[in-house]
Amino acid sequence: MAERVGVYICHCGSNIAGKVDVEDVSQWAGEELDNVVISRDYEFMCSSLGQELIEDDIKNEGLTRVVVGACSPHLHERTFRKACSNAGLNPYLCQMASLREQVSWVTEDEALATAKSKAMISGAVERVQLHEELEPTEVPVNPHSLVVGGGIAGIQTALELANSGNPVILVEREPSIGGHMAQFDKTFPTLDCSACILTPNMSDVSSHPNITLLSYSEVEEVTGFVGNFHVRIRKKARYVIEEDCTGCGICIEKCPKSVIDEVFEAGIGYRKSIYRPFPQAVPKYPVLDAETCIYFEKGTCKACEKFCPTNAIDFEQKDTFIDIDVGNIILATGYDTFDSRKIPQYGYGRLANVFTSLEFERLCNAAGPTNGHIVLRDGVTTPKSVAIIHCVGSRDTRFNAHCSAVCCMSALKFGHLVIEKTGAEVHSFYTDMRPSFKDYEEFYNRLLEEGMHFTRGRVAEVTEAALQPGEEGKLIIQVEDTLIGRQRRIPVDMVILMTALEPKPDAREVGLKFGISCSMAGWFTERHPKLDPVATMTDGIFIAGACQGPKDIPASVSQGAAAAARVLGMIMKGAVEIEPIVATIHEERCSGCRICNTLCPFNAIDYLEDKMVSVINQALCKGCGTCVAACPAQAITGAHYSNEQIFAEIEGLLFDVVQGNGAKPVVEEPEAVPA
Amino acid sequence: MADERFEPKIIAFLCNWCSYRAADLAGTARIKYEPNIRMLRVMCSGRVDPSFVLKAFALGADGVMIAGCHPGECHYLEQNYKTMRRFSMLKHTLQAMGMEDDRVRLQWASAAEGVLLAGAINEMIEQVRALGPLDWPKNWSENGNIEEAIEQLVEEHAEAMEVPV
Ligand SMILES: Cc1cc2nc3c(=O)[nH]c(=O)nc-3n(C[C@H](O)[C@H](O)[C@H](O)COP(=O)(O)OP(=O)(O)OC[C@H]3O[C@@H](n4cnc5c(N)ncnc54)[C@H](O)[C@@H]3O)c2cc1C
Ligand code: SF4
Ligand code: SF4
Ligand code: FES
Repeated sequence: MAERVGVYICHCGSNIAGKVDVEDVSQWAGEELDNVVISRDYEFMCSSLGQELIEDDIKNEGLTRVVVGACSPHLHERTFRKACSNAGLNPYLCQMASLREQVSWVTEDEALATAKSKAMISGAVERVQLHEELEPTEVPVNPHSLVVGGGIAGIQTALELANSGNPVILVEREPSIGGHMAQFDKTFPTLDCSACILTPNMSDVSSHPNITLLSYSEVEEVTGFVGNFHVRIRKKARYVIEEDCTGCGICIEKCPKSVIDEVFEAGIGYRKSIYRPFPQAVPKYPVLDAETCIYFEKGTCKACEKFCPTNAIDFEQKDTFIDIDVGNIILATGYDTFDSRKIPQYGYGRLANVFTSLEFERLCNAAGPTNGHIVLRDGVTTPKSVAIIHCVGSRDTRFNAHCSAVCCMSALKFGHLVIEKTGAEVHSFYTDMRPSFKDYEEFYNRLLEEGMHFTRGRVAEVTEAALQPGEEGKLIIQVEDTLIGRQRRIPVDMVILMTALEPKPDAREVGLKFGISCSMAGWFTERHPKLDPVATMTDGIFIAGACQGPKDIPASVSQGAAAAARVLGMIMKGAVEIEPIVATIHEERCSGCRICNTLCPFNAIDYLEDKMVSVINQALCKGCGTCVAACPAQAITGAHYSNEQIFAEIEGLLFDVVQGNGAKPVVEEPEAVPA
Repeated sequence: MADERFEPKIIAFLCNWCSYRAADLAGTARIKYEPNIRMLRVMCSGRVDPSFVLKAFALGADGVMIAGCHPGECHYLEQNYKTMRRFSMLKHTLQAMGMEDDRVRLQWASAAEGVLLAGAINEMIEQVRALGPLDWPKNWSENGNIEEAIEQLVEEHAEAMEVPV
């Protein structure tokens, strides 16, 4: 039986009607296109009256298919699908043509715009007749959530979810949560003590009945789909039995081996082989680092074991695996900083008194290796002058095109700390001063008043080579002051490099594990840069904090909370609908060649050894259609994007060519060939 | 007839996540391009079966564009790499059939690249206009390198489908 198609052309006020002769298009569709039984134009199809028009026609005229020529389907496909289902028609029996975005807004000529609109309506009418009824599947949402990364963003997410009464598993790679914020002394612009605002949240995490904290752990494998992920976590051996350890720290005291702490102390301080990165670490259990432990190296020592009052040391401990099921996953894996050695002119690693920003954070931290005394590498001399170089590795196309967003403010913070603690002269060398957010400009003004010097210009070189009196024994900053257009040489005792924030080196790998993508640079890609900043293209996977792009603590915390809100919404709803646009293998046509098996990035295709055919797990299939296009036996069909539907659409789009105009089709469609 | 400008018909397959959104953006930004292009939405450029392209030509299109996310930005992670390989295979098939290179085009366009997409469309329309209407079956029989081209095709096919030769 022939379908009964209804065609609706929207004026969109004058957005479409101003360029396209909408009456002509709708009249033409009604008269010329097969099986179109109703064709109307209306001022605003998306309005409730417009939708009622469709609903009434479905009910009264028995429409079996609906075509709406209006705006982009990304805007209103859902609206019109809903109108169909309100009237009892399966929502997937509706098709839109983007007459606004693809015709009226982009075409100069009115007659050509009208002609193109007809082609697009014709394509939609041909296609929609081959549509099939589809039903979204509903799957329950597991209320457990997994948070990966325990920096401030991940901590916020975990606490928000846990406080709402839902169980959370927090996985952190390092021995302690806290992330970069735990390394800082003060935070801009308020100069709050970082530890004072961070550590209460850290201990809330450790004591929260709804949070399971797995530190020194990493996610090995993720399978499943939104609402129902299965995750395997590797808990690395810490050689300390957590159940028995009281966190007294005697083992750390007694361990005879000190090593440089490259992670938490940024390479300027020491830790023991058995260690906690910092006293307020959460969890409190230490980690024994087997790589440097004397016992693992030489077979003797075991000082920690001898002195541990609760026998909590276990040299035999192995990595263990924990399998969990969760409904949603939030990635809050943060950032890394640029390796300043890549800019040799700045002398980092060669000139002793050139420091990175993270080294400086540790240097002025009261709990750091110098107890907060700002001193040169010799450990005793207080600098009398300090240079702070901005944009090291940022806004530099050789390394990172982006602005790292927090460095100007950190530089101002450092300037304040140096002035307050040492009274030294501080020079900032900036490209542009960017104190963008609340109270930031005011903080900049404050530093101007405190007497920090600002020079606009990219530093060419930091050198020891003295040319003028007063430069001996100093580090000389060679820079062009671009505001006065003059070269300057400024001798200082200490240089701080404001190193760029960069994506984690393993971001791409981690992204692949969770099925989300990264930008060219390596930041995780959000679902929409403005309207959906914490969701990703993969349902059930969210991102928060600096793993999405450089940002400060307030922005990281906001994203952490936003991600939790999104997840909570899913948990409260209890179920998610899964799009029925998936691929299916027709067993009888499958030759078992297995070509499709490796094509699917979501591992949705399995090979059944016994039947010697492949099969698609529809819960894992995301409907890209790549396997459909690749199967040499044409054994795979893609719902809503079948070959037949696409062929029909092409034919419709080319209606004017197919039906003559001089150019005859080369491969004739049987029904189009006159006998 | 002689002074009438040839208006080619071009069919474009746009992936839902980047390129179709680039077309949306071109619209929202009111960037003008020529109306000779007619677009279809597919979920991913990886869905574009070479037979879609052949079908479009067979039905009278003068050119076909495939547009997808930039390599590394495919919504389905890596499917546009498969598109890329398939495309080079398709190009050779079409060459073997005597078709000019400019009649097919693979275009990366992110959701932010409305201007780029519109520019690519105009450029392609110009190129195809210069080529004139597709006179396919005639050209095909006149092409001399069919055998060589077909041999190469077999190899590329294996590669594109990721089966060891
Ligand atoms: C020198 C400097 C000074 C700064 N000062 C300030 C300031 O004063 N005020 C301010 O607002 N902002 C400041 N910032 C910015 C601030 O550091 C960030 O905004 C904030 O740390 C981002 O938090 P996050 O949780 O997203 O990332 P991070 O702090 O980087 O935390 C990420 C966490 O995830 C863990 N992780 C990473 N990968 C994995 C994995 N695969 N599996 C498990 N765990 C993983 C990491 O170990 C880490 O604990 C400063 C930045 C720098 C460089
Ligand atoms: S590619 Fe087609 S024939 Fe080969 S295993 Fe997959 S479904 Fe079967
Ligand atoms: S359509 Fe894409 S996601 Fe679905 S099974 Fe095929 S390759 Fe995998
Ligand atoms: S989704 Fe755009 S190319 Fe794959």
